[in-house]
Formats: sequence, C-alpha cells, structure tokens
Amino acid sequence: MDRHFRFRKFIEWATWFGMLGCISVSVFFLVGILGYVLVHGAGYIDWEFLTAMPVPAGETGGGIANALVGSFLVVAVAGLMALPIGIGAAIFINEFPSHGFGHTVRFLAEVLTGVPSIVVGLFAYALVVIPSGGFSALSGSVAYAFIMVPIILISAHEALRLVPDSLREASLALGIPKWRTIMGVVLPVSSRALVTGAVLAISRALGEAAPMLFTAFGNSFWNVNLTKPVATVPLLIYTYATGPYEDWHQKAWAASFVLLLVVLFTSVLTRAFLRSKSNE
Amino acid sequence: MNSESYAMRNLNERALSATAEEIAAAADTGDAVRMRVEGLSVYYGKVQAVKQVTMSIRTHKVTALIGPSGCGKSTFIRCLNRMHELTPGARVEGKVLLDEQDLYGPGVDPVDVRRRVGMVFQKPNPFPNMSVKENVIAGFKLRGVRDRKVLDEVIEKSLRGAALWDEVKDNLQKSGASLSGGQQQRLCIARALAVQPEVLLMDEPCSALDPIATAKIEELVHELKDQVTIAIVTHNMQQAARVSDFTSFFYLGELVEFGETAKLFTAPEKRQTEDYITGRFG
Amino acid sequence: MARDSQATFESVERALGGVKPLGARQQVINFGDRIFYVIAKSFAVVVILLTVLLVADLVRGAWESIGRFGLRFLVGTTWDPVAREFSTLPTVIGTLVKGFIALLLAVPVSFGSAIFICFYTPRWLRPVISYPIELLAGIPSIIFGMWGLFAMVPVIRVVQVWLKANFGWFFLFNGPAVYGVGVLSGSIILFIMVTPIITAISKEILLTVPRAQIEGMLALGSTKWEAIWKVALPYSRIGLFGAVILGLGRAVGETMAVTMVGGNSFALIHSLFDPVHSMASQIASEFSEATYSLYVSSLIYVGLVLFGITILISLLAQFLIWKISKGKLALLD
Repeated sequence: MDRHFRFRKFIEWATWFGMLGCISVSVFFLVGILGYVLVHGAGYIDWEFLTAMPVPAGETGGGIANALVGSFLVVAVAGLMALPIGIGAAIFINEFPSHGFGHTVRFLAEVLTGVPSIVVGLFAYALVVIPSGGFSALSGSVAYAFIMVPIILISAHEALRLVPDSLREASLALGIPKWRTIMGVVLPVSSRALVTGAVLAISRALGEAAPMLFTAFGNSFWNVNLTKPVATVPLLIYTYATGPYEDWHQKAWAASFVLLLVVLFTSVLTRAFLRSKSNE
Repeated sequence: MNSESYAMRNLNERALSATAEEIAAAADTGDAVRMRVEGLSVYYGKVQAVKQVTMSIRTHKVTALIGPSGCGKSTFIRCLNRMHELTPGARVEGKVLLDEQDLYGPGVDPVDVRRRVGMVFQKPNPFPNMSVKENVIAGFKLRGVRDRKVLDEVIEKSLRGAALWDEVKDNLQKSGASLSGGQQQRLCIARALAVQPEVLLMDEPCSALDPIATAKIEELVHELKDQVTIAIVTHNMQQAARVSDFTSFFYLGELVEFGETAKLFTAPEKRQTEDYITGRFG
Repeated sequence: MARDSQATFESVERALGGVKPLGARQQVINFGDRIFYVIAKSFAVVVILLTVLLVADLVRGAWESIGRFGLRFLVGTTWDPVAREFSTLPTVIGTLVKGFIALLLAVPVSFGSAIFICFYTPRWLRPVISYPIELLAGIPSIIFGMWGLFAMVPVIRVVQVWLKANFGWFFLFNGPAVYGVGVLSGSIILFIMVTPIITAISKEILLTVPRAQIEGMLALGSTKWEAIWKVALPYSRIGLFGAVILGLGRAVGETMAVTMVGGNSFALIHSLFDPVHSMASQIASEFSEATYSLYVSSLIYVGLVLFGITILISLLAQFLIWKISKGKLALLD
C-alpha cells in the first residue's frame, strides 16, 4: 500500500517537473527570439536608417524610409476599405437580427480567418493585378483588407454584443429612431473595444509579407502612387534576409526590430485598453 | 384546499375580464381620458400573454397596474409606447388610443409614439458614456438638436422636476453611472421628462432601489402628475395604494378589475382582487 | 414662473420639431432607419461576396492548369517548368509532414504549459506567465523566419551532421545533413510558432472546467495530477482537440518562416534532413519566376489545393466549437 502511494507521489512530482519543462521551453523560445532580434537589430537603428532611401545593392548606408512609408500607405488604404465593411457587417449582424443570414456571415468570417495569407495574395493577384496589368500598392491594400475584414468583423460583433439591451431600450423609449440609437449610443459605448479590434487587425496586416510577394511587389525607390509597386517592411525583410549581402542581412535585422517594436507596442496598448474598460 | 386551486375555482365562477361597460361604470369620475385601450391582446409567438384588455388612463392622474408575477402587466404597459414589438415574435391585436388616435393604426411610426409616451425602466439605465448633463438632454442630442439656450433651460427644468437638481447641480459633468441607484433612476426620470411626453410609463421603477430611494420616487410621482399623466406597474401593493388614483388588477393576462384606488383596496368587487390584496396568493 | 415655464415648454416643442400627428406618415418605418438598414446589410453582403470572389478567382486562375491536368495534378510527382508538366503530391506531403511533426512536438508542450498555467500557478501569477506566451502568438512570421534562418539553422545543421554520423543507418537520418534547412528545421520552426496558439486556447478551455469536479476528486484522495488526468482533460477533450486543429491550420498555411528554413526543393521526402517545399513555400518562391501562363496557373492550382485543405481544417474546427456549445448544455444534466 505504501509503495503504491509513493509511486503516485512520484508521478505527481514527475508530471509537475515535466510541465515546468514545457513552460520553460515556451519561455525559452520567446526570450531567445526576442532577445536575438534585439541584440542583432537594435544597434543598427539610427536616424539615417529610418529616414533615408535604400542605396544600390552591396553598398552600405542608406535606410528603409520607403518601406516604412509604403507599409503605412498600404495598410492605411486597406484600413479605409476594411473598417467600414467589418464594422458595418457587425452592426448588421447584431442590431438587425435576421433568421440565419447574420449567423452565416459571422460563420464565414470565422472560416476566413483561417485562409493562409499566401492564398489571399493569390486572390488579390487574380482580382487586381491581372486586370490592371501590373503590380500596385492598391492590390496590396486589397490583400491586406481581405485579411483585416474578418478580424474586425469578429471583434466588432463581440464588442456590440457586450452593449446591454437596456441602453438601447432607454434610447428607443425617448423616441429616438433605431439608426440614431446605434450611432449615438451603441457605437460610442462600445468604442473602446471597437478600436482595440481595429488596432489588432492593423497590427496583424503590418507584419504580413506573403501577400505582398505578388501584389505590392516591392520597390527600391520612393513611391506613394497607389497604382505602382511599393516597398513594405515585411517584404523588405524577406528580400534582404535571403539576399547575398551582409549589409542587407544587417538591415533585415534592424527592420525586424522595428517591426517587432510596433507589434509589441500595439499588443500592450490593446491589452491596457481592454483592461481599463473592464475596470469601469 | 390550497390557495391556488381556490383561485382557480374563483376564476371559473366569475366573469373574468371587465367589459367596457363595467369599466365605464366603475370608474366614471368625470375625469378626462388621456389613453384608452380597447380589446388589447398580446402574443409572443403562439403564447397569449395579455387577453382582451380594455381600460383607460386618466389625464393628470396616476394609474397603477398591479398583479402577481407573470400576470402580463409589464407586457401590457410596454404596448402603450410600442416597446413590446421590439421583442422578436411579438404580436399585438386591438387598439391603443392616445387622445383618440390609434397608436397601432396604419401609417403610425413608433418613433413618434415614443416621443409622446415616455418610459422609465425597472433597472436604472443612464448612458454610461455621457455625463449627468448629457444624459438629461440625450433625447435632444441624439436627435441632433443643438440649441444651447433651450438645452440649458431643459437641463435645469428636468432635473428640478425629478427632484435631483440640488443633489447634482455642482456635478453636472460627472458620469451618469457615478450616481447612486436612486439618483440614477431620478436621472432617468429627468431624461424622460426632458422631451415633454404627454404620458409617462413606469415599469416597476423602484424594485431595484432601497426604501429611502423608493420613498423619494413615490413622492416625485405625486408631484409629477400635474405635469404628465402617469401609469405605473408595481408588484408592491402598498406602493400602489400610496401613489395612485386608479388601479388595475391583472391576473393571468386578463384585467380582472379596474377602479379608483381607494375603492379597489377597501371594497373590491371581484373575489380574486380581494384575495390578492389580502395576500391569499401572489 | 408659470409664464417662463410655458415659454420653455414651447421652445422645447419647437426644438423637437413639434408634435407630429399620428398616422400622418406614408411609410411606417422612418426614412433614416430604412437607409441605414440597407447600408448595413450591403456591408454584410460584401463579406459574402468576398468569400465567393475568393473561390471564384482561385478557380478561374487555376483553370488552365485544371483543364490540362485535372485530378492527376493531385497525385503526380513531376514538377518540370521546362517540360510543362506540373503536379503537387510531393508538396502536399511536404506540407502535411512538416505540419504533423510540428504538432507532435507542439501538442505535449502546449498542453503541458496550459495545464501548468491553469492548475499549478497561483491566480495572480497566471497573467504574468501566459501574457508573454500570447505575445509570441502575435509575432509576424517573417521574424520567426529571420531567427530561424540565422540562429536556428546553423544549430540544426550541427545536430543533423552529428545524427547522421552516429545514426545514419536510420532512414530518417539518412539525408543531406549539411544543408541545415529541411523537414526538421521547417517542423521545428512551425512547432515554435504553433505552440503559443494551442497553449492560449487550451488555457482558456481548461479554465472552464468546473472547480467542483476537480475538488471532488481531490476530496476522494487523488493527487492533483490524477484529478487533472481523470477529470479535467476528459471534460475538455473536445475543446483541446479544437485547439490542436486550429494549430494545424496555422501550420499548414504558414508561408514566410517555412520558406526561409524549410528547404526549397521539389521532391518526395526520404529523410528528416531533406529540403522540401510546402505548398505555401513553393508558391512564394516560384511565383516571380513563372514566366508563362500554364506555370502561373499551376501555382494557383497549388494555392487552390492549399485553400481546400485549410478550409476543411477550419470547418472541422467550427464543427467542434459547435459541438462544445451544444455538449456543455448536456453536461449540465
């Protein structure tokens, strides 16, 4: 009896130890990756890096300004397309119950979040690049928008669901029409969560390189024209990292560091946003 | 025999809903009638929650609606400002007349109805994203009305009317949600009064409040009836006796009795009414 | 005071637009509401449209290749741009093998981490540990690729060479060890990327196990581990399976990191060290070199196959989620 008990105790201890090991593996990789990027990338960042244009291949110096601006441009246009669609659809699903049509849309959004980003890139290629005859920032925006819409829709829908019906009733009972109730009460009350969802979607799009491969395509020069190819940060990282020049590798690390900072920053921001909302 | 089967037997013995003639006879005090309900039946899908109710609400008087839980009084009152139809599967038959205009007639927009017939709910629901000031004038701001002068007058007038002005006049910027429960409910009353409704419906406004806050609101109801006609649902019989001029007793979706409060509580005509009032059931 | 009050009353009435006579309207639902409904509905319709367009455009783009190869495409093993012969079995195998190996490693680590967070960590400490792990889930794949290529691959290369030298008789270790990039590296980077996702979801699932059930076991004298193994895990098995499925979906669709460390060669896998394309990495690498339409169309066909596989995985995950929401109600009996 005692032997059996000791065996069970041993199992208890062994499993605890094993699980500690699992957690350690996760934490190890986190620290390893973040640390590696920090060490290899942070030192290279200076004002020139952030504001200068790229120099011809093989030379040192220059920067990634065109990619920073390009990423911003492509994501901003994508946001202009994706936000109305995502939030508008979420409003429809939640505020106008409709016997299954709304459920279908929500279900589709959940499924769409699983579409690989490279397939989204192919979609944008077939939809925009082929008919227009060339790569363009706009096609990149379409790809990003496609990735962003499901994320925004789902988070906006959840945000709207959290608004208590009693507030809608209060407004309607004052003789306010439904649409004004939605715009004047429901949206402002859920605004924090809506913004959080939008920020998450934007942050996700900013880091995606695969769709850019055959849409925005990349550009060594300055471009803010939507109909022409444009450089974006994640694609630039890929091009430089797989290229032959040591300087390019160095720049890829620095750019990775910048990208990582942006992603971490938005993650912390949205976390703080959500927590302060639940404290109200 | 337990009280429930006793009540069931009575139901079978007496005529259940008061007919229109009985209403007129029982309550003919000569007061003007603000709202009239004729043969109102309300359905949730197949279930009939309110059965053929006919009654009237007198101008500048307080009419109380009492009855045990689930008797249909809340459903009924929500039909008076067309809030009931917001529930999916809800259906209404019959007429509700405000100054002899049918609220459910053709071409009537519920939005117009709700401006003239206001409502205060069981649980106070001030808008959390607005200050006290903004809550009061929410009915204006949400419509896009911006006339500063009118709005400022309305704020003070409505808050005074809701007996809240003195408590919040130095803190109008504070969030609506930062007030106590009783204050929040008075804020909701102020908000409803601000758009100058002709009738104010109150659906168990005190059930979520402590006795002191409840007393304040009952006093308020008494003061308000000169400005606005009031109908109040309450599960508290003593409250009904205290504040109202007329009372209707609902049971199982039917209007059992309607009359002047004093008479209904001292000499009720129907057996169920008496049983409910004396606490034999409910 | 009464006169002021009357004046106020009238100015308010004016501000509100006066009392509208009931029954005067032609339409019962007011104009603003109707327009708003139409606008909102059209946004919802756009979402459906996007899905339809996605499938339609993929099929349209792949049409030339579908017409030429049909279903042979899925089982052939030749990819020869010069001879204009394309098929995709090796890349499908490459994708699935890397995904499954990644899961093989990720599932124990994720479950172990999730169990640790839920049951062996005091409540206040939980966010401190789980937050960094969730952070890892949000890091862009290109950064995993960078780290994988420059930091991990050299290490893997050393390991592979050692394994081959000492265990080269084993078929799994009998391959081109010096490359460093290959099935092993690809699987490991996927493992690192997928673990945080499975951990985060499993943590949420395990937190929903009713405390009472576990405490009941403990009261009967079981150890904590026994209570977890016999109660918590069976209770949440559907949700945990769903978490794994979602991780698989991510692993299958992953592009950039796998392109950088998975090896870019079209061949059937013979060992762990073979460099092999996944469907995503093949599309990513070769698209810019696709110079004629059948080539492009074949790559899009590959994309269509990839899409099909991820949709199946997604639908399976949705089905499991639906089952949970129904099953939970039954469990309450």
